[in-house]
Amino acid sequence: MTPTEVEPTTIRQEANGTPLLRPLTINAAAEALPSTEAPALSVRDLQAWYGSFQALKGINIQIAPRQITALIGPSGCGKSTFLRCLNRMHEVIPGARATGEVLFEGQSIYAPGINPVLIRRHIGMVFQKANPFPTKSIFENVASGLRIQGAPKAMIAERVERSLHQAALWDEVKDKLHQPATSLSGGQQQRLCLARAVAVEPEIVLMDEPASALDPIATLKIEELMMQLKQHYTIIVVTHNMQQAARVSDTTGVFMVRPDRAGELVEVGPTRQIFTNPQDSRTEAYITGRIG
Amino acid sequence: MAVMSTPGRLPAQATGRGATGDPAFRRVALILATSVIIVVIAMLINMTWESRESLNQFGLGFLVGQVWDPVHLVFGALPFIYGTVITSLIALLLAGFVGLGTAIFLAEIAPGWIRTPLSFLVELLAAIPSVVYGVWGIFILGPFLKSNVVPGLKATLGGTPFFQGAFYGQSILTASLVLTIMVLPIVAAISRDVILTVPASQREAMIGLGATRWEVISRAVLPYARTGILGALILGLGRALGETMAVTMLIGNRGQITPSLLKAGDTLASVLANQFAEAQAGLQRSSLVELALILLVISLAVNAVARLLVARAGQAQGAGRI
Amino acid sequence: MAIQAQPLTEGKPIRDLRRGPANFQTRRVRSNVMLGLVYVAVAATLIPLLAVLTWVFVQGLPALNVDFFTKLPGPADDPHQGVANSIVGTVQLLGIASLISVPLGVGAGIYIAEFGGSRYNTLLRFATDVLSGVPSITIGVFVYALVVLPMRSFSMLAGGIALALVMLPILIRTTEEMLRLVPGAVREAALALGAPMWKTIMRYALPAALPGIVTGGLLAMARAAGETAPLLFTALGNNQWNTGITQPVDALTLKVFFYAGQPYEIWRRESWGGAVVLTLMILITSILARLATRRRAGR
Repeated sequence: MTPTEVEPTTIRQEANGTPLLRPLTINAAAEALPSTEAPALSVRDLQAWYGSFQALKGINIQIAPRQITALIGPSGCGKSTFLRCLNRMHEVIPGARATGEVLFEGQSIYAPGINPVLIRRHIGMVFQKANPFPTKSIFENVASGLRIQGAPKAMIAERVERSLHQAALWDEVKDKLHQPATSLSGGQQQRLCLARAVAVEPEIVLMDEPASALDPIATLKIEELMMQLKQHYTIIVVTHNMQQAARVSDTTGVFMVRPDRAGELVEVGPTRQIFTNPQDSRTEAYITGRIG
Repeated sequence: MAVMSTPGRLPAQATGRGATGDPAFRRVALILATSVIIVVIAMLINMTWESRESLNQFGLGFLVGQVWDPVHLVFGALPFIYGTVITSLIALLLAGFVGLGTAIFLAEIAPGWIRTPLSFLVELLAAIPSVVYGVWGIFILGPFLKSNVVPGLKATLGGTPFFQGAFYGQSILTASLVLTIMVLPIVAAISRDVILTVPASQREAMIGLGATRWEVISRAVLPYARTGILGALILGLGRALGETMAVTMLIGNRGQITPSLLKAGDTLASVLANQFAEAQAGLQRSSLVELALILLVISLAVNAVARLLVARAGQAQGAGRI
Repeated sequence: MAIQAQPLTEGKPIRDLRRGPANFQTRRVRSNVMLGLVYVAVAATLIPLLAVLTWVFVQGLPALNVDFFTKLPGPADDPHQGVANSIVGTVQLLGIASLISVPLGVGAGIYIAEFGGSRYNTLLRFATDVLSGVPSITIGVFVYALVVLPMRSFSMLAGGIALALVMLPILIRTTEEMLRLVPGAVREAALALGAPMWKTIMRYALPAALPGIVTGGLLAMARAAGETAPLLFTALGNNQWNTGITQPVDALTLKVFFYAGQPYEIWRRESWGGAVVLTLMILITSILARLATRRRAGR
């Protein structure tokens, strides 16, 4: 899957001819037809509040399985809030709540009686700044989720190794599995957190700006990982880096902030189309750098 | 000099700059400050000096001597060391659990509006004078234990060596329980502060893995805070070791080494409180001073370890490592 | 086809988002039980507090009458007696203790905050911490050897010195912390106007830190007023009015201690009365200190 360069000339130009700032590298897999399987997540009219402040208005989106969906938009437009609503971590904040419907494999995760703790086993999360457990070893970090679930020893060892392979970290740590996790570099720690998240084999992995605190080389490594991981997992990534979204994702959703400071999803579609032929004027304005 | 306005003192160049009165002022302040160091050193020297008679007479055997006989002038510290250790350990054990539980509640569970008033109430526990606890213990806790608790204890655990003998209200058990109440606020307050410094990202990571509320606390929060919590426990131990009045009023004042908690005992602090004022000059007084010296050394060592732990917990967090 | 995630344990299929796999209920119950124990711990903390405070007030308040505050102690059959000398004695002891510890403590705090090199400061702070960890009865033994023996008499002076040693570390720490909170800009402005260092501190920095230092001082005094052990063999106690700084003096805490174990009703009541006075003093000081700190935090 080699990315293709896209000529800026295909962008619809304004009367005064404002072109794209620089050419975008777009993932050629976006050429593929939309998935014919049922969506991994189906979001309908999701709204979110912090206390009395409404942060998200009426989000509707279908997340295709085993693809990478990127969510982009200027800061403060609610992308991270939206992400956290998908595994019910938004409501962990005191005073925060969400309404609407999020269907995971047909079940509404916000239905009464559904235990959020169980949701998070299937919808995992990687955070913006790597947060390994400093008192635990590398092995124990990756094993954390499995230990909670009471998995037997043999399975833990096997899963830890598999997850570290999936995070492209195994070769770097295989000889020091029992050293503290903090002995790793920043980029390695973030891959460790990724291994930790996939060790419990969720269906969906949410990533909240996973590379924003990393140097460019570590960032590229994470992006490569994401493209490999999508064979097994559905990935939803929030990013403020448009180039990253274009490089990596199959589908892109664009968030914008309204005058009342609530966020909304203005456009969603195949990545190639979003970046070459956006339908909404706000999307185009953001992509060409006029806003955001 | 172009200096950013930061809180606190001025940079070194600005101080002692030879303006009128400055060197004298600085010198006076220095003398006053040094007085603290002098006091501490003087205390150690003086008490060692005052216990020289006993040190010469008994040597290291004083620490294991079991006889305390003012009449025949034979003195040994073991019963009191035993009393101090046993009451402090029981208090530490009980106060550790209750204090840590309270700290978890204050730091993790309590809604914002409860935290301040509840923390204040916990601090009040620490502020009540020891002698007031002693009076309460004599008139309320002792009788309460005698009628409501000890019969049950003897019925269930009377076979063990820990609950043998008659209970007369004042005992190792009573003193240990009051000591627990007095140590508890220290453990709770410091542990709460330590737990509050655990970054939210740690909790989030555990929550994201699908952990229950208690699993988040026990697997992410408490391990991160463990050095500081240990420091809190040891600080509590330090307080327990030196606690005098409530223990003196409730322990029964019989220097003996017995496994039964229902019996009377004595601690280093309580025997000092009882005997020192009327001690005969010479070997008895010297031995009592040696007891005070032992108590001082133990307290200082424990407190030093505790402060080291609490400091190391703070440092390691600052550097991003634990 | 998507790779099916395998269930980690035996039992229900993994898509049960209500009850979860077999061991989830165990986990959930364990979590609730532990959290329940946390609540039990909080109760175990609050119940003794409530028990002590209510008993002290219920027993002690009736003992507070005019006699209590104005008369001297008398024989066990005298219903009209009081602890006036103990209350006065406590005040006198605190006065001496403050006279000694405030200049020393504030001075040391100023030095650490404004002057000291970082090495010496570490030593000073260490010594302060050490002193605050010394059991108060040991302080009593020390002052006995230092003051009572040479003077050949128990005295108010010895008691005052002992309490001063209790107050000293608190004052040092409070002064240092409060001075550190005063922004450097205050000192810079004063120096820029040509003020010498001592004036900068005494006229500008210290006054800004003063409310906090006063609060800390009051707390130190309240703490010292509640101390008994250091006075047992320094001030000794007295049933009469104190006759001079070199003579024994009584304190309220000593009275509570000595009368608590007595078999006579009137003396026991004095003990309870003393206990409630001490407790009230602590309560009021703590509340005032809290309010003062809150106001300064800019509520």
